Amino acid sequence: MAIRLENITKTFGTVHANHNISMEIRRGEILSLLGENGSGKTTLMNMLSGIYYPDAGQIYVDGREVSIRSPKDAFDLGIGMIHQHFKLVDVFTAAENVILGLPERGRVNRRTVAKKVREICERYGFEVDPNQKVYDMSVSQKQTLEIVKVLYRGANVLILDEPTAVLTPQEADKLFAVMRRMRADGKAVVIITHKLHEVLSVSDRVAILRKGEYVGDVPTREATELSLTEMMVGQKVSLNIDRPEPVNPRRRLSVEHLSIVNAEGVKVLDDVSFECNSGEILGIAGISGCGQRELLEAIAGLQREEPGSSIKYYPPAGGEEELTLCTPRQIRDHGIALSFVPEDRLGMGLVGGFGMSDNMMLKDYNNGHSFFTDRTRPRELAARIKEDLAVQTPDLITPVRKLSGGNVQKVLVGREIAAAPSVLMTAYAVRGLDINTSYTIYRLLNEQKKKGVAVIFVGEDLDVLLELCDRILVLCAGRVNGVLDGRSAKKEEVGLLMTNLNKKGEGAA
Amino acid sequence: MSENKRVKEPFVRIARRSSIYWLKAWGIRAAAIVAALVVDALLIYFITKLNPLSVYGTMFQGAFGTNRRIWMTLREMMMLLCIAVGLAPAFKMRFWNVGAEGQVLVGGIATAACMIYLKNLPTPVLLIVMFVASLLAGAIWGLIPAIFKAKWDTNETLFTLMMNYVAIQLTSFMVAQWENPYGSNSVGVINQNTQAGWFPRIFGQQYLLNVILVLALTFAMYAYLRFSKQGYEIAVVGESRNTARYAGIDVRRVVIRTMLISGAICGVAGMVGVAGADHTISVNTAGGRGFTAIIVAWMAKFNTITMMLITALLVFLDRGAVEIASMYNLNEYASEMIMGVILFFLLGCEFFINYRLIFRHGEGK
Repeated sequence: MAIRLENITKTFGTVHANHNISMEIRRGEILSLLGENGSGKTTLMNMLSGIYYPDAGQIYVDGREVSIRSPKDAFDLGIGMIHQHFKLVDVFTAAENVILGLPERGRVNRRTVAKKVREICERYGFEVDPNQKVYDMSVSQKQTLEIVKVLYRGANVLILDEPTAVLTPQEADKLFAVMRRMRADGKAVVIITHKLHEVLSVSDRVAILRKGEYVGDVPTREATELSLTEMMVGQKVSLNIDRPEPVNPRRRLSVEHLSIVNAEGVKVLDDVSFECNSGEILGIAGISGCGQRELLEAIAGLQREEPGSSIKYYPPAGGEEELTLCTPRQIRDHGIALSFVPEDRLGMGLVGGFGMSDNMMLKDYNNGHSFFTDRTRPRELAARIKEDLAVQTPDLITPVRKLSGGNVQKVLVGREIAAAPSVLMTAYAVRGLDINTSYTIYRLLNEQKKKGVAVIFVGEDLDVLLELCDRILVLCAGRVNGVLDGRSAKKEEVGLLMTNLNKKGEGAA
Repeated sequence: MSENKRVKEPFVRIARRSSIYWLKAWGIRAAAIVAALVVDALLIYFITKLNPLSVYGTMFQGAFGTNRRIWMTLREMMMLLCIAVGLAPAFKMRFWNVGAEGQVLVGGIATAACMIYLKNLPTPVLLIVMFVASLLAGAIWGLIPAIFKAKWDTNETLFTLMMNYVAIQLTSFMVAQWENPYGSNSVGVINQNTQAGWFPRIFGQQYLLNVILVLALTFAMYAYLRFSKQGYEIAVVGESRNTARYAGIDVRRVVIRTMLISGAICGVAGMVGVAGADHTISVNTAGGRGFTAIIVAWMAKFNTITMMLITALLVFLDRGAVEIASMYNLNEYASEMIMGVILFFLLGCEFFINYRLIFRHGEGK
């Protein structure tokens, strides 16, 4: 046994983030720490890595009671944590980041550091160039570097906080292989996650938290997705997503030959054409960064389309409207109800420093001729959304930045749906959300679909895309690599289209 | 703790407060001022051996001792408040306008020019012309960096700062032009005999118009930022430009419009300084208030009503400090130390408003 926690309690204000938790972390084992958002997984592990200090309870490392007051104490005890947000210096090389903060005397010998880094890499199969600058690295390389950094400091207990959230499926598989090698090396590995299939595929044992309480642990081989979900949520849940047949689909939006060149001069969207219809959900699949964000932003009027691109909107009443090169305000002035849930919720969809109420009028504050804003209507809308979607916030003026991720998303989705859209675009609508909230979002999208809204759903979980969408458009490197029928498509088929670009023309719908 | 070398919990830990009752927050601020006065008292006693209480009494006398002193304090306060009110919209938009000093100066130049060249106009007309001229001058000084920011995303902090030096040079040049008497290297009191362009007395009070004008601007700005659509746009742009674009706000337009307003009000502060107080112009017309106003704006969190309290405190300290300096023959550094200690405590206490300390539990627990 490597670490034992006894009766650990941590409170923030009046909230019990962790309450009386006792658990074990063992050597030569991969432990999944599973729980919904806000169940206290990260808080608990932060107390092991020296970020927080428990209000009560004891921590034993190798049978000895310890007090972990800082990340340095944690390193001295061989505990290393890889955080969700990387803690690297961009302008330093990999090797420089590895030795950053280590109390080594005298001059730094870069060559020995590089040698030791290479040794670690060979042992676990990492690909890290010690002399590469961090700003030149991909997300997965940065994550690898974080792991190397922790191993360099001699960690025997590694804690990874939602490591796959930023990785493609292939990169995640690589990471799992590394974790298995570390296990074989006798290290204790903890992975914090709420993705069930990862839990089942990589871990030996699952420990489950619910609302800050320790529910229990089970060996992974005895667990199923359903049994884990029930432990996590505390009640029976159905893991099926509805998919009603589209009723009377009509063309609502057409995109033709859309190309976008980003600020760095890279062509992020290349000759994209597709249509989407009322009363259906069009899924967009693709490895992250394949142009999904630019595609939605282009339709919303936030990108500058290249010449030759065309985006047209077909109102339910007939006729057509040109949306190419329109600003968001022009689109609205044309009377087009376009709702957009962007990927970056607090950086684009909402104002973090405003309360729910002030966020409600973000898109229509300018209605009417008065010089002053109308604050009554947004307040009523905010109150209604808080009620309908069970948004957890002390009041309507608490800055939404202070709410948890799921509640932030509810506020955003709630506002966009309340605008009675005829086109609803969502980017990673359930990213980082717990199961219950995710299913609430799917239900809301289906309701919109039944109302005849054209829904565009950019997603990353292929299982969900295949269960929810009527059609799935696959983007690969900024091109349309195929459009599949959601009811008949196979997961492997979508995966293949995501990674292998067809020759031009072939497969494009 | 027990004998077997049990590791200790840290003595004190810091935790972020999720929220704080407003009364408690103001209690902490009040406590900070009291603590600052105590530290200042010790400082005064050990350095000068004077009785701190009598020194504080003298400070109060300096600021509020006579009717005239009260009005002088008010006059100073209004000038500082006017600049801070001008900075409020820019700072709320996260546009670091450190160019108030220059915007005040050009407003002052415009005012002085009107007083010198248009002295034959009837007073009400002249006042209005001066108001418009100072407003425009300040607005132009604010507009230049805003355009560069909007078009080429230049760094507004450096840009507005450098505009200050241009304004200072421009002022020197104008002072040389308007030198009176010749060779004095100063403008002297403008229109000393006719008092043309001077703020008229209202109810016999020389500085009442300053107060009326600046308070009107203060309340108008409060309403503008809090309730108007443009104020909403400023807040959104300040929080996140991407969100603003998403909401359909034309960010460039908001930046330019807001800096026009910000510069214009700072320009008006120049008029208040020249026509309402000094009746002359020099490179010291702004006198560093453009920078002090930044402290005021930040401490008030861009709320112009709170700014009234902060300017009152700062001006009181300043006036009081001047008085003790002359009364006890101390040099100006003594008063600056007193002011520094108070500001240190006042800014530092924000830490205790945002965070709380948790001390180790007592023995045996």
